[in-house]
Amino acid sequence: GRARPSHSEPRGRDGRGEQEEMEGWHQLYPGHIPTSPLQKALLAAGSAVMALYDPYRHDMVAVLGETTGCLALPSLRDKMKNHPEGYRILQERPRIRLSTLDMARLQGLPDGSLGREYVRFLEDNKVSPDTRMPPKFVDDEELAYVIRRYREVHDLMHTLLGMPTNMLGEVVVKWFEAIQTGLPMCVLGAAFGPARLSTRKLQVLATELVPWAVRSGLNASCVLNVYYEQRWEQPVESLREELGIFPPP
Amino acid sequence: VYQVFESVAKKYDVMNDSMTLGIHRVWKDILMHKMNPCPGTLLLDVAGGTGDIAFRFINYVRSVRQRQLQRKLRHNQNLSWQEIFESYQKDKFNSLGDSQVVVCDINREMLKVGKQKAQHLGYSEGLSWVLGNAEELPFDDDKFDVYTIAFGIRNVTRIDLALQEAYRVLKPGGRFLCLEFSHVSNPILSRLYDLYSFQVIPVLGEVIAGDWKSYQYLVESIRQFPPQEELKAMIEDAGFFKVDYENLNFGIVAIHSGFKL
Repeated sequence: GRARPSHSEPRGRDGRGEQEEMEGWHQLYPGHIPTSPLQKALLAAGSAVMALYDPYRHDMVAVLGETTGCLALPSLRDKMKNHPEGYRILQERPRIRLSTLDMARLQGLPDGSLGREYVRFLEDNKVSPDTRMPPKFVDDEELAYVIRRYREVHDLMHTLLGMPTNMLGEVVVKWFEAIQTGLPMCVLGAAFGPARLSTRKLQVLATELVPWAVRSGLNASCVLNVYYEQRWEQPVESLREELGIFPPP
Repeated sequence: VYQVFESVAKKYDVMNDSMTLGIHRVWKDILMHKMNPCPGTLLLDVAGGTGDIAFRFINYVRSVRQRQLQRKLRHNQNLSWQEIFESYQKDKFNSLGDSQVVVCDINREMLKVGKQKAQHLGYSEGLSWVLGNAEELPFDDDKFDVYTIAFGIRNVTRIDLALQEAYRVLKPGGRFLCLEFSHVSNPILSRLYDLYSFQVIPVLGEVIAGDWKSYQYLVESIRQFPPQEELKAMIEDAGFFKVDYENLNFGIVAIHSGFKL
């Protein structure tokens, strides 16, 4: 039978407890919405269409990632489990948020260090790590963390790859992430993202950037296995070398 | 309930069209035809937020009024020029025939969207927008000719109070009309309807409005709502006579009607 919330008992109509009452069944983590396979399929299709139709709907990209990641996420989690640093991340569950980052300290670090360059990236592109969607449709609490970690580390990917947040930069990062994580959402983003680029940019993309991103992605060890919060002082170049990311063109 | 509709207000109409595949427009048209208002009617549309019923009402009385005026002009063929001139003057600026609709909603956001729509579509006269609670209407007794509540009564916490208020503000001879989701008795259709409601509608809510939870709430509130006969009994309890209901689409939606005598 399909997993469906029980809806036959009458419920009190006070708005106070409606959140808990609605989500009282099988909620594995705050914000979790359990869904049946049919609902996931519909969500995947709907979010894919909506994400293409309205590129500002970042929540749709997130939903697409969650509903299609059922194979990639477990394998990603296992990669983390089998790596000492990744294992620690899974245990300690660090979160990258403005409230937990000591911006002043990071800004004070020398140029070229991960912390300094990360803060510079956030300022130059006017982005914040707090705007990442929390996972809703992942039906495993640990996998929900894995996808959350992937989202929060995305800006660090930009920093490591030296790519800005314009369409071109995002596509390059998506190619890298697609190779690294195998998430179908990244693959789709990498494949369809270029559709909105000019031919000149497409040329640069195809001849230089994508081959580099793919080579780096294949060569590098799993980027989710890096405890970034403990490496702010490390120079970006040294981290790149350590991971196996080739210098950006 | 308030917060649900705050987030829902802006995408309300888009969601209605997607969820019902546009059929909600037909339901509302049927309601208006059942009402069959004549010019001069004073309508109170409760929980009427984005104005769907109000606009249909205005269109309806306008067209009835048009036909009235045309008939009048045809009968005026043998009058003197003075008389024709006078009657023309009187009727020319009265395209609604003194009909009025008051849209009452508990949610400011819904009213805001409604007002914007009215401006956008060119509705100006005969329309007023009032913030109010269906359980405690800010109107005097015996004021309105017709009271409607379309897809709003299931969101009221105390339906009996709303019905009592409806009775109070209606004039003697006034009509109560309620358009609402109801129960499908046919077992096969009921299962299909449940499947669609629970599997598809929250997904539509997430994809179109970015809001799964409000639409999950919507689908659940429909299931909890009293079925046709029970609602009929509640309306009778409030004092209405000649209470009846009409099922639309096998009971997915029902129109309940009653009179204050």
